[in-house]
Amino acid sequence: MSRRDEDRRQGLEGPEPEERKRPVGRRNSQGIRVDPEVEAEHEPRRTIISAYVENEPGVLARVSGLFHRRQFNIESLTVGPTQNEGYSRITLVIEEPEPGIDQAKKQLEKVLPVVHVRELDNKPVARELVILKVNGDEPDKVQAITEMYDGQTLDAGPRTVTVQITGDESKIDDAIDAYEQFGIREIARTGQAALARGEEETARVDETHT
Amino acid sequence: MSGEPAQVPSDSDADAETGPKDIETGADAVVRALENAGVEHLFGVQGGAIMPVYDALYDSEMTHITMGHEQGAAHAADAYGIVSGEPGVCMATSGPGATNLVTGLADSNMDSDPVIALTGQVSTDFVGSDAFQETDTVGVTTPITKANFFADDSEAVGTDVGTAFALAKRGRQGPTLVDLPKDVTKGEASEDPGEPQTPSTYNPPETAEPESVSEAADVLAQADKPVILAGGGVIKAEASEELREFATEHEIPVITTMPGIGAFPEDHDLALEMAGMHGTGYANMAITLTDCMLAIGTRFDDRLTGGVETFAPDAEVIHVDIDPAEISKNVEADYPLVGDAKAVVKQLSTAMPHAPEADSWREQVQEWKAEYPMDYSAPEDEPVKPQYIVERFDEETADDAIVTTGVGQHQMWACQYWTYKEPRTWVSSHGLGAMGYGVPSAIGAKIAAPDQEVVCFDGDGSFLMTCQGLSVAVREDLDITIVVLNNAAIGMVRQWQDAFFGERHMASEYPWVPDFDTLAEAFGARGFRIDTYEEVDEVVEEALAYDGPSVVDAHIDPGENVYPMVPSGGDNGLFALAEDQL
Repeated sequence: MSRRDEDRRQGLEGPEPEERKRPVGRRNSQGIRVDPEVEAEHEPRRTIISAYVENEPGVLARVSGLFHRRQFNIESLTVGPTQNEGYSRITLVIEEPEPGIDQAKKQLEKVLPVVHVRELDNKPVARELVILKVNGDEPDKVQAITEMYDGQTLDAGPRTVTVQITGDESKIDDAIDAYEQFGIREIARTGQAALARGEEETARVDETHT
Repeated sequence: MSGEPAQVPSDSDADAETGPKDIETGADAVVRALENAGVEHLFGVQGGAIMPVYDALYDSEMTHITMGHEQGAAHAADAYGIVSGEPGVCMATSGPGATNLVTGLADSNMDSDPVIALTGQVSTDFVGSDAFQETDTVGVTTPITKANFFADDSEAVGTDVGTAFALAKRGRQGPTLVDLPKDVTKGEASEDPGEPQTPSTYNPPETAEPESVSEAADVLAQADKPVILAGGGVIKAEASEELREFATEHEIPVITTMPGIGAFPEDHDLALEMAGMHGTGYANMAITLTDCMLAIGTRFDDRLTGGVETFAPDAEVIHVDIDPAEISKNVEADYPLVGDAKAVVKQLSTAMPHAPEADSWREQVQEWKAEYPMDYSAPEDEPVKPQYIVERFDEETADDAIVTTGVGQHQMWACQYWTYKEPRTWVSSHGLGAMGYGVPSAIGAKIAAPDQEVVCFDGDGSFLMTCQGLSVAVREDLDITIVVLNNAAIGMVRQWQDAFFGERHMASEYPWVPDFDTLAEAFGARGFRIDTYEEVDEVVEEALAYDGPSVVDAHIDPGENVYPMVPSGGDNGLFALAEDQL
């Protein structure tokens, strides 16, 4: 029986909050211990993540759903088959602070059809394709720009010219800027596809997953 | 690492003699897969699309418990999983049956409880046509299951169920689901699906890297103010015994998270009980001022940490978890040890050079226990205090009695004023905070442990959400005692309205609740009522003695609130002991 005597004070007792001992340390909002004197949040950075996945129905929905639900800031997501039947490669570009990138990789690894995940940090080979449709009033000038960016004309008519440019992201951004002068009607960008450079492995493919 | 799947046993002669029913359909294979996995009980509700599976169950030795609502089936399976350690199985039909499971699955997912859901689905040729009772169950449950499968092949459906079973149990536990289209379960099948196996790509770690372990052990041994934070993972990994030995040998105070309750005996000198929003003052002081925290099997939920900026800011964190994604998710781990809690605690035990020299810290912790005791006032002339009722039931029951709860103030009192001594005796909805968890969880717990006493503390609001489960308890003749701590309100909401919304009690008061004792009698259970202190002893005795389901309608002081309290996102060390400290 632990009912209190009536003459004791009501409810819980103990020193008031301001009388209690206090820690000297501090963490930032990302849960990382920091110098109490210095503000230290990780700045977001852009990175490319490659995932080698089993080709089962819904795997893309699972991956994109995961990124949506955990509020990762996703820039692009591409997916396509690989040389191994039954497996695809997903390339993700995300912009997150360091802990977010780390968490994104770990959460991705937990999706069952995902075989392996890797962040491509050492200047990977990354390319994007864009198809642009511009007004065809000045076909010669459009052609000049297309040649400047090593692009190809896919369709040319009296009113529109449709071109394709392939390259890294900044080249594509620059090319789009250059086409602005003609009046851009429509753009379709694929998002980046990437592989690690040279002998370096992009995402592990062992003999059980080929 | 044991990535090797279990071997499929060959059909033995014994099988041929006893002659289990031949597998003829996908539904037979589903049932056989469950039998192969050792399933004894299933919780569910019949329906159109799941009928072939139920038909196949007709010849099975497994017991199916028909629940009043699919939410109850999922919660009962969840509680069954917590108490027994083996995955609980729930079943529902397509569409509304499956969506009614969602709350329960989300709950299991948040608490990493092992559960398998089998849902009926419209025939594959109707899928996608918005057919009668069709829902994209796999799509709906993807974010709230560890894994889910759409079965599209009668011959493979048994293997799908086995895989779901193995995944629910292995590594970080969690709910899995298999969606079973009617034509697939009706379709021809003949193969025995064999024992449950996880996919070859699924290889959760077992032991942590030895170098990391010895590094972490050195850090812990040199700590001035060490604590152990034990989470639900300790219980899931069956590591309670190892934890007790480790903590006692090295004299390190032990704090638990809410799912970790029972991992360490609360009557032990080193026990600081639960930390966090409604944790004890001494646990919250210790967690705030520690310089080295050994956190085992916890995901650092915000109800535990409060604002992470003020969570253990002086502490080096050694984090043991089987899920690498939990490392540094919410709180940075200085020393991550990825592996099974039981194995890693053993590793740490071997690697510890000596106990931390932390006598003054140990004294300090004991002083806090004296300074901030869990207590309450209970004047005779006022309505009965809920804490007193919890304590009286605790005193009159065995150490291994199982407590289940709904969600709300009553849950916190059941947490704070019951002394838990054994793992798997505390069954509650932690991460999701699902009201209505109480009655079905008591059913699931009692089915899992028929020889242990089961006391369910519920609130009037929480009880009203799933009280149809009483019919199940009566039909199955389950000896459970449901104590409704009745304050005629969604008390926790009202408490927050008192503290943060200027006492504007919008939609939180329940002046129209029924007499729960009369309600219980209408269901065929026994009903009791408490209004005064004089009645408590007799009712406690009679309700516990009654051999069947009973409901105690305990009218408690509606003015009583839950303290200590750390406001949401607040600083654990600044817990409030009363409203004027908030």
